[in-house]
Amino acid sequence: MSWTRNVLRVNLSNGSITHEPLNMQWANDYLGQRGLATKYLVEEIDPKCDALSPENKMIMTTGPLTGTMASTAGRYSVVTKSPLTGAIACSNSGGYFGNEMKNAGWDMIILEGKSPTPVYLYIENDKAELIPADDLWGKSAWETDELIHSKHQDPMLRIAVVGRAAEKGCLFSAIVNDLHRAAGRSGVGTVMASKNVKAVVLRGTKGVGGISDPAKFFKATEDGKKVLAENAVTGEGLPALGTQVLMNVINEVGALPTHNHREVQFDGASKISGEAMLEVRASDGKANLTTNGACFGCTIACQRISTVDKNHFTVKDKPQYQGNSGGLEFENAWSLGTDCGVDDLDAVTFANFLCNEDAVDPISLGATIAAAMELFEEGAITVKETGGMELKFGSAEALVWATEVTVKGEGFGLDLGMGSKRLCEKYGRPEFSMTVKGQEFPAYDPRGIQGIGLAYATSNRGACHLRGYTVASEILGIPEKTDPLVTEGKAALVKAFQDATAVVDSAGICVFTTFAWTLEDIAPQIDAACEGDWSAERCLEVGERIWNMEREFNLAAGLTAMDDTLPKRLLKDIAAKTGPAKGRVNDLGQMLPEYYQLRGWTPEGVPTDETRMRLGL
Amino acid sequence: MLRSLQIEPEKCTGCLQCEMACSYEAEGVFNPSKSRIKIFTFHEEGRFVPYTCTQCSEAWCMHACPVEAIVINKATGAKEVIDDICVGCKVCTIACPFGTVNYNQDTGTVYKCDLCGGDPECAKACPTQAITYVDSDHGGLERMRAHAAKNLPQDSAQT
Ligand code: SF4
Ligand code: SF4
Repeated sequence: MSWTRNVLRVNLSNGSITHEPLNMQWANDYLGQRGLATKYLVEEIDPKCDALSPENKMIMTTGPLTGTMASTAGRYSVVTKSPLTGAIACSNSGGYFGNEMKNAGWDMIILEGKSPTPVYLYIENDKAELIPADDLWGKSAWETDELIHSKHQDPMLRIAVVGRAAEKGCLFSAIVNDLHRAAGRSGVGTVMASKNVKAVVLRGTKGVGGISDPAKFFKATEDGKKVLAENAVTGEGLPALGTQVLMNVINEVGALPTHNHREVQFDGASKISGEAMLEVRASDGKANLTTNGACFGCTIACQRISTVDKNHFTVKDKPQYQGNSGGLEFENAWSLGTDCGVDDLDAVTFANFLCNEDAVDPISLGATIAAAMELFEEGAITVKETGGMELKFGSAEALVWATEVTVKGEGFGLDLGMGSKRLCEKYGRPEFSMTVKGQEFPAYDPRGIQGIGLAYATSNRGACHLRGYTVASEILGIPEKTDPLVTEGKAALVKAFQDATAVVDSAGICVFTTFAWTLEDIAPQIDAACEGDWSAERCLEVGERIWNMEREFNLAAGLTAMDDTLPKRLLKDIAAKTGPAKGRVNDLGQMLPEYYQLRGWTPEGVPTDETRMRLGL
Repeated sequence: MLRSLQIEPEKCTGCLQCEMACSYEAEGVFNPSKSRIKIFTFHEEGRFVPYTCTQCSEAWCMHACPVEAIVINKATGAKEVIDDICVGCKVCTIACPFGTVNYNQDTGTVYKCDLCGGDPECAKACPTQAITYVDSDHGGLERMRAHAAKNLPQDSAQT
């Protein structure tokens, strides 16, 4: 075992807090974290419930490897029904929170109901209590973190918190832990705030033990670390440049969505790239990047720790933003930068700080601002709505203004906080919204990378690169190179990535390990830590089971095959204008039927009885 | 030859592999809260700094202990706490100017770095070589080498 086998259940409506044993049958079938918590959720809530009502539940969950010496094993996830998409939500975060939860003795914390007044959940090993948080409501995530630390006079507390955006109903609010690590996507923070929970605070001193076969475990994890250290991406690229290693690469292959996906290449890409973050500034002799950092247990260390130039308009006279904080990752640099046409590295870094400060998903925010900029350009939004701000592509001032009003939930920021789909519908141009199932796209253009189009269209949580990162194969050649412009074979590729990723997300480790690791590297680590036999084949089957379970939740929630699609802009209306993919749209129609077939689903995208039986659903 | 833990904070990423390795060796579980080596995050400055016992020659903790529960391991030079003798009076935790001896409320005794008997787990676990276990007489060797390299002619400079 490496589960703690303990679940903490908190009923916020009546304030009762109970302990219960983990359902080990389900642990055997769904492993942990994403898979296991989703199993609990689908058993416990009505898929049709309003995501922001007390009927929805929110589960914080660790994996069997979380808190162990396996590399990157500090992860936790938040599983709930998403208010942004109406589909399943599962957002994964690093930092030190997941490890602390495991050390406090919990595989899972289930929040149900709704507290009548604002509270935070304080957990010290077995002891858990709800503490009034009226004084914290209205505070940013950063302020809240500081206030809780000083109130308890305990610098070692690990805190996951929501910001002002979530309180004001921003539908893509995140949960931020350790100041700049986030369970970012699908509005999991909005759900937490809807339950009147401001923060979950942890102190765990029990230790993580129960490794099934310690000698085998140390051998397997050592082997794994060696593979990461010797791999060019995880051993060199990510520590040196972070995920930002991708900005120039993706631009060159013509798959960098720009100006709300009207173009696929961005002139300013190199100015906001990982390489640019290393350049020494003339003004203060420092680079944007101070150093790299690691999440708990991680031997890759892709985190960026950055500063903004003290003389830049964004932080001038604001000393609180002049120190180091979490710097740009590729997705954020793309959404806040490229998609909005902004090539001012400091402005984009600052906007990213603000997203962390108030726990907002920068991918959805940047993509929504980009949609708003197009609406502005087309006259559907005017200075009347923006209170005078010229919301123009390329304007760093507009980017920072739009970010500020959204994270604080003020004025036009409330419109932006609805996300791109609802915003574009409200202003009469739904076709401007670059979303799948209501969730905004990340940084890869399906016209230039065909397989990722299928991955977005079929992702169980709406447009997302982390549900099947075929970019690894189509661009980077991991585990083997496929042609990004070809659709043939992509259905199988997408399925394989989706199933494998579901296992990684259920184990307690970081998906970035899969730049170097396959299930052949991961399974022995799970096998040595957990009781029972965990072969790569069994892991893959668990992954497929998880994928189908999530699918069935979505179908029961009312989604259909009609939702497995991409915006018309990418399928028909605007072909790639430049680069290797020039003239191409995404040929989803050539991939989707085959994908359903490979999945063992009907042409309507429903798992057949045979498939359900095979997977034990 | 005596060896010492050498710490180079600029290499540290804050991954806490060292804290896990340390606590596993000492307690049999991965438990950073019981680690003898601690990593401090200085968020504003963007720095991670490992800190642990330096094994002073004239160790304050050892001299302060009223029951002689802290003794020198002759082979490693480590100042080790003998659990059976320690009465948990905590005088050593006050005497140590660096705070590296601490009380464990679960056992009622104090704990500190003992260099794992001469094969420190933290140094082995550190993926970035921020912690190394080097000849005590030559702790400065690598830094000297780096400075010496600065005197090489520009085109052949290597470090
Ligand atoms: S690879 Fe990056 S995101 Fe993943 S655990 Fe390591 S530091 Fe965190
Ligand atoms: S193992 Fe090394 S890099 Fe990681 S926290 Fe410890 S000293 Fe720092």
